[in-house]
Amino acid sequence: MKFSYWHTSIIATTLLLAIPLAVVVANVFVPAGEVWRHLAATVLQDYIVNSLLLMFGVAIGSLILGVGSAWLVSVTEFPGRKYFEWALLLPMAIPAYIIAYTYTGMLDFAGPVQSSLRELTGWGYGDYWFPEIRSLGGAAVMLSLVLYPYIYLLARAAFLSQSLCVLEVSRSLGNGPWCTFFHVGLPLARPAIVAGLSLVLMETLADYGTVQYFGVSTFTTGIFRTWYGLDNAPAAAQLAAMLLLFVVVLVTLERISRRQSRYYNTGKRTQPLQRLKLVGRGRVAASLFCFAILLSGFLLPAAQLASWAINTYQTMIDARFVTLFFNTLELAAISTALALVIALLLNYGRRLQPTRGIRFAVRAAGLGYAIPGTVIAIGVVIPFGWFDNTLDSWMRAQFDVSTGLLLSGTIAALVFAYMVRFLAVSLHAVESGLERITPSMDEAARAMGEKPLGILGRIHIPMLKGSLITALLLVFVDVLKELPATLILRPFNFNTLAVRAYELASDERLADSSTAALAIVVAGLVPVILLSRSLSKTRSFAK
Amino acid sequence: MDMQLKVKNVTVAYDDYVAIKDVSFALKPGEIGCLLGPSGCGKTSLLRAIAGFEPVQCGEISLHGKTVSVPGNYLPTEQRRVGMVFQDFALFPHLSVEKNIAFGLKHLNAKRCDERVEELLKLVGLSHLKTAYPHELSGGQQQRIALIRAMAPRPEILLMDEPFSSMDAELREQLAREVRELLKRDGITAILVTHDQLEAFAMADAIAVLGNGELHQYDSGYNIYHNPANRFVADFIGQGVMLQASVLDEKRVETEMGVFKGELPEDCHSGQQVEVLLRPDDVIHDDNSDIKLEVIAKVFRGAEYLYTLALPSGQSILCLVQSHHNHRIGERIGIKLGVDDLAVFPVCENTETAD
Repeated sequence: MKFSYWHTSIIATTLLLAIPLAVVVANVFVPAGEVWRHLAATVLQDYIVNSLLLMFGVAIGSLILGVGSAWLVSVTEFPGRKYFEWALLLPMAIPAYIIAYTYTGMLDFAGPVQSSLRELTGWGYGDYWFPEIRSLGGAAVMLSLVLYPYIYLLARAAFLSQSLCVLEVSRSLGNGPWCTFFHVGLPLARPAIVAGLSLVLMETLADYGTVQYFGVSTFTTGIFRTWYGLDNAPAAAQLAAMLLLFVVVLVTLERISRRQSRYYNTGKRTQPLQRLKLVGRGRVAASLFCFAILLSGFLLPAAQLASWAINTYQTMIDARFVTLFFNTLELAAISTALALVIALLLNYGRRLQPTRGIRFAVRAAGLGYAIPGTVIAIGVVIPFGWFDNTLDSWMRAQFDVSTGLLLSGTIAALVFAYMVRFLAVSLHAVESGLERITPSMDEAARAMGEKPLGILGRIHIPMLKGSLITALLLVFVDVLKELPATLILRPFNFNTLAVRAYELASDERLADSSTAALAIVVAGLVPVILLSRSLSKTRSFAK
Repeated sequence: MDMQLKVKNVTVAYDDYVAIKDVSFALKPGEIGCLLGPSGCGKTSLLRAIAGFEPVQCGEISLHGKTVSVPGNYLPTEQRRVGMVFQDFALFPHLSVEKNIAFGLKHLNAKRCDERVEELLKLVGLSHLKTAYPHELSGGQQQRIALIRAMAPRPEILLMDEPFSSMDAELREQLAREVRELLKRDGITAILVTHDQLEAFAMADAIAVLGNGELHQYDSGYNIYHNPANRFVADFIGQGVMLQASVLDEKRVETEMGVFKGELPEDCHSGQQVEVLLRPDDVIHDDNSDIKLEVIAKVFRGAEYLYTLALPSGQSILCLVQSHHNHRIGERIGIKLGVDDLAVFPVCENTETAD
């Protein structure tokens, strides 16, 4: 029967994807003994305090950058506004760990900034104070610089969708433009801003590369240390479960805010917004503010990476780099294709059999985006390792054959982890494409004598093409950038661009890591371009 | 005469919800039928059963003498040769107007296909939009394209699901007239689903009034208006008031407005209390009439006024008068009655009312 076919395959897929989460949660009940007591007595408090401080810092930073710039570009008029509208998304292309390497290279003692300072002033070592970039504060700044676009995007959309009437009512009741912003505009955008902020904080919690490089002890670095240093799986899983608790709070916050934002809808905008024309100093200040964000979030680090890469690429691009490049490509291609197939299966299942069970399963399958890569990796490596060892010893006992590490030692584990984390991305892209094909289009085609396969070929595939390409590109880039899960799960001696950049940076070979880092940034520009294109569409709509 | 569409004792149900109960009607070739009823009456379910999108639980549907739906077995839509026009038009956004129309013409060679497309576009006067895409068209143009796209493969029957509901009133009327002309010229059998009675009157030869899944009356527009089969139809169609009356004999009833003659329901006996439907157009304004009634409310409708007049007993009746007869509220105006068709209903407390 058709019904049970869809039902079984979709529920099975979702259950499979839920394994890592289930393993992490189940490990809460496994006694980790001495190790856990040791952790609790020594470092656990650091992990919690540092994670909270980091989240607090990133929240402040990204709110100032995100809300400020969103308000400026959507409500006011100043020189360069049109360009900033999309350019402010560019920092999204740089993973946090890469911007961290770049700024370290620029700002540390031997870097160009301090060197020229010494040259100018004649100071020597220890004669002057310079802010230490490799600190908790530095990590908060780095993360804010690349994560604020989440808030920018959602806040901008909220500001643009506010009905002019609501704002005009405020003006007609005697409030000036600034007062209107603080009393009407900002409160109305609040749910959107909170939703953006919770995404930023989820990314902050998931970050490993930055905090590890800056030596800040947070949950993610703690999980790595417990896993590799103490070699204690249950303890690592328990740390991961604690981290999950933070994530659950954030996901709930995001959900509630999104639901609220529906009630904050002020109806369709019928007239274009009369932008506030900034004059004099305000004009300059607005342009400078946006330019400063763009400069420090994208232009400077990108330029620094490029200049390093120009100096080092000849030694860096060797046979090893080519292997690395193709490894990454292969991994990303497999994951991307698989994510697309699963996304299609789940979406079509839901379209054809929209039962409650299937709808729930599809939503559950997309929850992985919120779970830090480190947590997923721990949740994958524990059951896969157990499976491999059990199978291997059984096969050896029965047939005297060793199967080795069938799952955990190959890219299978890696691809699976990517599915768990990034399926949401392709799921969402396919969903938004499929929504445009209304049920009556299917029926119109059938009434004109077309069979189901013909409908797929003549209507669905041509209409879905764009969304499918988007889904492919987005997952591809996400896989390319992913660091912590790849570090834990990669097969022995299997490197990707992200891992290579991380390793070289950890060896203090910042300039050498720039070729791989630059390749990741260039790839990261793809989703930014896609986003800015859909942004310009909403812009013409808002007109 | 052979029927183009026969719906016989059809029941359509979703799980335990019965959308259509035991409905029968038929359409001759070239006839335009209409399923009319308030929202939720099951009219769309019936249309979808005829199209083959929904199975039937009881009864039988046949098209051009061929049985297409029986319980447990139905011919899939794509093999039924039905044309369908949807409420949202469902034009394919990735195909040009020309390709949209040609979508169902796979069986024709390129030249014949092109000829058919040209012919249809000319019919609706949109030849210049051949290469345009749906998003470039106005609502009315999209509607016409959706219609000729459904007509292109020369279907056995054309099914239209509230095809004018997204148009503004003026365009709706003009399109309904155009579409009727088009269908009549090509002799196409069609069914229209609507909740708008004026649309039904304008388009259809025969109207099926549906309510709560049941067929209440299947008749011409005139008869549905002037001879409603039951109270539901009387309430749903047009305006009017129910006047209390008592039966005198098999042909006559008496009201406080006088004695009316006409056909009475068979189970009436003399002396029985009944109600008589009085339409606003049954009440004719005549300054010379002896019957003078007080105006208690009036609504200006452009060409005419709709007056509410009080009867001595406290009941009120409606009267439609040309708008240059402008009377004040409180004024007494002369009227006479012109009841050509008598509609009599038994008195009942809980009347089934339409939306």
